[in-house]
Amino acid sequence: MSTFAESVRAQFPILDQQVHGKPLVYLDNAATTHRPLVVRQAMDNFYAETNSNVHRGVHCLSQRATEQFEASRDTVAKFINARESAEIIWTKGCTEAINLVAATWGRANLQAGDQVLCSNLEHHANLVPWQMIAAEKGAKVVPIPISDDCEILLDELEKLLQTPTKIVCVKHVCNATGTVNPIEEITRLAHLHGAKVMVDGAQALAHVPVDVQSSMVDFYAMSAHKVYGPMGMGALYGRREHLEAMPPYQGGGDMIRTVSFEGTTFNEIPNKFEAGTPYVPGAIGFAAALDWLNSMDMAGMWFEEAELLDYATQMLEDLPGFRIIGKAKKKTAILSFVHESIHPHDMGTILDRAGVAVRTGHHCCMPLMKRMGVPATSRASLAVYNTNQDIKVLIDGLKEAVALFQ
Amino acid sequence: MSLNDLYQETILDHGRKPRNRRKLDSFTHEAQGHNPLCGDEIHLRLNVKDGVIVDVAFEGCGCAISTASASLMTMELKGRKVEEAEALFEKFQLHLRNEKVADELGEVECLVGVAAFPERIKCAILPWHAFRAAMAGDQLRVISTEGDNAGKD
Repeated sequence: MSTFAESVRAQFPILDQQVHGKPLVYLDNAATTHRPLVVRQAMDNFYAETNSNVHRGVHCLSQRATEQFEASRDTVAKFINARESAEIIWTKGCTEAINLVAATWGRANLQAGDQVLCSNLEHHANLVPWQMIAAEKGAKVVPIPISDDCEILLDELEKLLQTPTKIVCVKHVCNATGTVNPIEEITRLAHLHGAKVMVDGAQALAHVPVDVQSSMVDFYAMSAHKVYGPMGMGALYGRREHLEAMPPYQGGGDMIRTVSFEGTTFNEIPNKFEAGTPYVPGAIGFAAALDWLNSMDMAGMWFEEAELLDYATQMLEDLPGFRIIGKAKKKTAILSFVHESIHPHDMGTILDRAGVAVRTGHHCCMPLMKRMGVPATSRASLAVYNTNQDIKVLIDGLKEAVALFQ
Repeated sequence: MSLNDLYQETILDHGRKPRNRRKLDSFTHEAQGHNPLCGDEIHLRLNVKDGVIVDVAFEGCGCAISTASASLMTMELKGRKVEEAEALFEKFQLHLRNEKVADELGEVECLVGVAAFPERIKCAILPWHAFRAAMAGDQLRVISTEGDNAGKD
């Protein structure tokens, strides 16, 4: 067993269970990771000891809740190297973070005839919000082509940028293929042509270093539950100058400075974008997950993940009849594949009976599936607690499927 | 219930070599069925004369269960009266909900093992939904197993 998997396994008692009479092998981490005990304890502690609403409270518990809530924002800001915590907006997930940008920045900046570029790799979450606002504004959403290995074609991006473009929307790590996109280079090209960059970072935080200053991205969307944190929690990073210029998102409490029937003024960032009581234990759990990652040698952890991916890739390539979808030179933690005659949906059922949890389907990337000429794939996605043994069980399950369908 | 109950030899055979998978040029009814969760798509066409299904065929791709179900369904429907076919669908659905009915299901019988795999019932039933949609309207109808939802990543 790898060093990290061994050392963290005790934090994930959920993994010690049987499904269909077989030990659970959880390889659906790109859909959601599990949460270590420290995260659950941090969230439980909030309700057990602190529970109170944040901001404006003069009583002790409210002040304590506010401190924990804002300290959590600091943790997220530091984790991605944002200049300041005010550049971190809490959302209910990565999807809402992108929708926030489309609905506010998009509504204020897009005009009829404008071009929005979305890569052919995009998750529906970084495509559909742009289609919606583009339809409203008469703008057009144009795909950035990808290679057969599922890498964004930078020369094609450069060509597309010859047409005036308002924003380039890409994911940092592809949830369907594991491709790690060169967001620094994409941002450099976009900025050269006056376009902003929206990065979907859902799959990135747990698997690659994120530095929003060195990459110069304009917006970076995050999801807590894909990085060992709670479901229903996410965050948006936006550069201060953009956030300040953007109109508010939702109206309500906390996002205002003064309210009257004669006119209402809005709060400073980040509060301007956070109407209503936020998911405080979610923010605390998110920060606890990042603290937990910070407490480990992340470079070492990612090295082991890469070794495990190499091992799985090698094992799969040695199996006749299988084809890996997504062979980018730089990829992480995700192995998507198809078989020449077994449909992914059947594969998923057979693996499930072997105790192996994988995801089968289009992975919310229908344009990518179409580009690759497959209706769906099976996807094994790794996390820190996965081991070589997990991969062996997966491969045995695949062999069983082949035997059954022979 | 084991995997062998789901993937019986007949199902595997029909999944591999579906019967009546072809384009029906002369037809009176058609519909498209779509399961967005797994990408299964079926385009069903029927030729109905005087209330009898004279011919029926499908095109499309899907998992072994939906493909076999479409194949078995077309075999069972051919030559039947429309109301008989609709009654058979009702019985099939009851079987899949584990509500035993006395009548036999003919060719479709081997699919009742799907009842033990609730997540796969939609696959088995997709071709039948397409059949019902085709009979319900004269125009090309698209039905989905998921309403307007497109599934999760």
